[in-house]
Amino acid sequence: MGFFNKIKQGLKKTAQLLNTDVRDLFKSQGRLVDDGFLEELLGVLIKTDMGVQAAGAIVEETGSKYRARVMQMDELLCTVKTKLKSLLVQDEAPIRFAPEGPTVIMVAGVNGAGKTTSIAKLTSLFQSQGKRVVLGAADTFRAAAVEQLTIWANRLGAQIVRGEPNSDPASVAHRAVALAIESKADVCIVDTAGRLQTQQNLMQQLTKIHRVIGKQIPAAPHEVLLVLDATTGQNGISQAKHFTEAVHCTGIVLAKLDGTAKGGVVVAIREQVGLPVKYVGVGERPEDLTLFVPDEFVEALFEDLTTAPAI
Amino acid sequence: MFDSLQAGLTSALKTLRGKGKLSESNMREGLGLVQKALLEADVSFSVVKDFIGRVSEKALGEKVLSALDPSQQVVGIVHQELIDLMGPVDHSLHLQPGVTVLMLCGLQGSGKTTTCGKLGRLINERGRKPLLVAADLQRPAAIEQLHVIGGQLGLEVYSEPGAKDPVAVCQNAVKHARQVGANVVLLDTAGRLHIDDELMEQLKQIDRRVSPEQVYLVVDGMTGQDAVNSAKAFNEALELDGVIMTKLDGDARGGAVLSVKQVTGVPIKFIGTGEHLDALQEFHPERMAQRILGMGDILTLVEQAQQKFDSDEMAKQEERLRKGEFTLDDFRKQLGMTKKLGPMNKIMGMIPGMGGLTEMMGDMDAEGDMKRLEGIIDSMTPAERRNPSKIVDQSRRRRIAAGAGVEPHEVNELVKQFDGMASIMKELGSLGMRDRVRKVQELQRGLANPNAQLQKPKLGTGKRLSSEERAKLRKQREKDLRRRKREAKKSQ
Repeated sequence: MGFFNKIKQGLKKTAQLLNTDVRDLFKSQGRLVDDGFLEELLGVLIKTDMGVQAAGAIVEETGSKYRARVMQMDELLCTVKTKLKSLLVQDEAPIRFAPEGPTVIMVAGVNGAGKTTSIAKLTSLFQSQGKRVVLGAADTFRAAAVEQLTIWANRLGAQIVRGEPNSDPASVAHRAVALAIESKADVCIVDTAGRLQTQQNLMQQLTKIHRVIGKQIPAAPHEVLLVLDATTGQNGISQAKHFTEAVHCTGIVLAKLDGTAKGGVVVAIREQVGLPVKYVGVGERPEDLTLFVPDEFVEALFEDLTTAPAI
Repeated sequence: MFDSLQAGLTSALKTLRGKGKLSESNMREGLGLVQKALLEADVSFSVVKDFIGRVSEKALGEKVLSALDPSQQVVGIVHQELIDLMGPVDHSLHLQPGVTVLMLCGLQGSGKTTTCGKLGRLINERGRKPLLVAADLQRPAAIEQLHVIGGQLGLEVYSEPGAKDPVAVCQNAVKHARQVGANVVLLDTAGRLHIDDELMEQLKQIDRRVSPEQVYLVVDGMTGQDAVNSAKAFNEALELDGVIMTKLDGDARGGAVLSVKQVTGVPIKFIGTGEHLDALQEFHPERMAQRILGMGDILTLVEQAQQKFDSDEMAKQEERLRKGEFTLDDFRKQLGMTKKLGPMNKIMGMIPGMGGLTEMMGDMDAEGDMKRLEGIIDSMTPAERRNPSKIVDQSRRRRIAAGAGVEPHEVNELVKQFDGMASIMKELGSLGMRDRVRKVQELQRGLANPNAQLQKPKLGTGKRLSSEERAKLRKQREKDLRRRKREAKKSQ
């Protein structure tokens, strides 16, 4: 099943909701574009969590182009999609693998974003590409977090380096990278404890883990992925900003996109922080991770709209 | 907690303030900003629309337009509407005689397991015996997580390793509770998507078979527009009795509180404000609304202060202040008490108008600074502490610095700062409550300048002299000078 279908599947129920909203907007052949119309459009866009700024820009563009005209649905959709796609343009390759030696990937995020599950999914993905993965369970803070990753490691057959509860996570990361080098693994993924981006001490700890990883392999960590819960609203921007400040994030894994949440905050993040989305989590199984393709993301968001018969 | 929402609203309301009278047009501009602030805070679009509608309806009434200070009234209306939106609350857990079952449900990663531990702690503190039930058979190691939390709190945890059916686990758990004499059963269910029909059906099953007294939805405080959808779905499936909002210790704008309340109509019971197991507070809409509007959460602070400040010590200090006595010893005690309250920036955020200061403090290591100050004071003799600026000279300074492990100039800075502070404290002590608040606000404006230190206010030089008086004084001085010269000659 391709990315497109998976997203569609996840968004099917989403689209019902989206659908009614937008169908209300275009009840007949077209509608006069006036304040009321734009307000409704704003409402629909806001509900994707893309944020007031991005939504406002789109509404403004629609307003300046089409105000006082009767608008067809396709016209409007084209404007919106083009705008979103141009915002989300990015490189296609998600992970820059190290030319030699293990590629180190550090995973960070707030509590409950889905870091550990995303790591399991990434592991499964890399294994399917024929790569050998070493995991570093550096979440030594949360109760049973290490056990959680260990269970995944056993299920997936990956090597794992564990830390004692409340031990220094940086030392776990160090040992994980050391093992990856020694065992000539292809990828080393380091899990970290969830932390709110405002907790300065914990953010410094994260910086330290980052630094320690870089001591063994100068270019490491090659990727720092921020796991973002798709239900997150505008706080996602703050998360992206602060985590990027602390550990130079290279991309986002957008988890839990299989619900009704649309994850539109990544649009605002892209706009304000410049961080691209690399992968999308669409389920609880290890294979429920797909590459993020902006055009398809945008299309899928409005998918049911275009296939709906024009009334 | 609601910092950003607060900052947004404050700036929005500022444009409303200071305009002599409200016209429909400038009202609209201001309310547009309120709308933007609320949307940026992740309040659901429809809730925002309703809110703005109600506020403008009330604000545009004749009464407001002819009022003396209409902007104040608009603030009042926005404030009241926020309270109405978030309240009324009911903090009761509705614990019954016999065994009471409480069920927690929510999306994945919303914080159910941690909240389960926090609630267990709270219930235990209230003298009941809780039993935590690990009914999350989905997520790897969720059972272990609850066991670890239970172990930390010394609470019993019920689990069935290898079990497949959470409904059966919950039923058995209630039986087990009766056997071991536990009287509150806390069901920690697996996180699930509200559109996952199968798992939602499973929740309904648990609800039917175990019939919990109360069902709480645990919602991530950072949730965006989707909060409405999930809360609605859970409420339709289970008839929720309350909501617990988590992760509100960050900079999440917390607009989801407004949305969830509006959509489900059930009270917000508690808010989670940290990872530690005692970080669960009762939800107060009045305080939250005040806080959102930049009035600060002074009540929460007072409550915390009352719990943690030694009230006798406070009274003693108050008394000394009133008499105008303030020494480094007092300062040292205050530092100690302030530390008990929690991290500095958390406290600052709760003081009205100090929200902006928290941001300014940014990376400042307030705790580290406080520790150093304590170190310096501890290295002083009692006499030095009573009157530092008079006694502390260069050699004493060097000794104190060596004792505290700091540079001598830091000792100097403390002494200088203390001087400024002491005089302000003395002044504050002599003021009534109202004047005191005004004075503190004045001080904050001064603090907004990062280079400013607390200065000792300049004292008056006495009365102004007229030119005649000055001439008279000059004559007197010259006369004295001549006399001294004469006497000097004589004695030679």
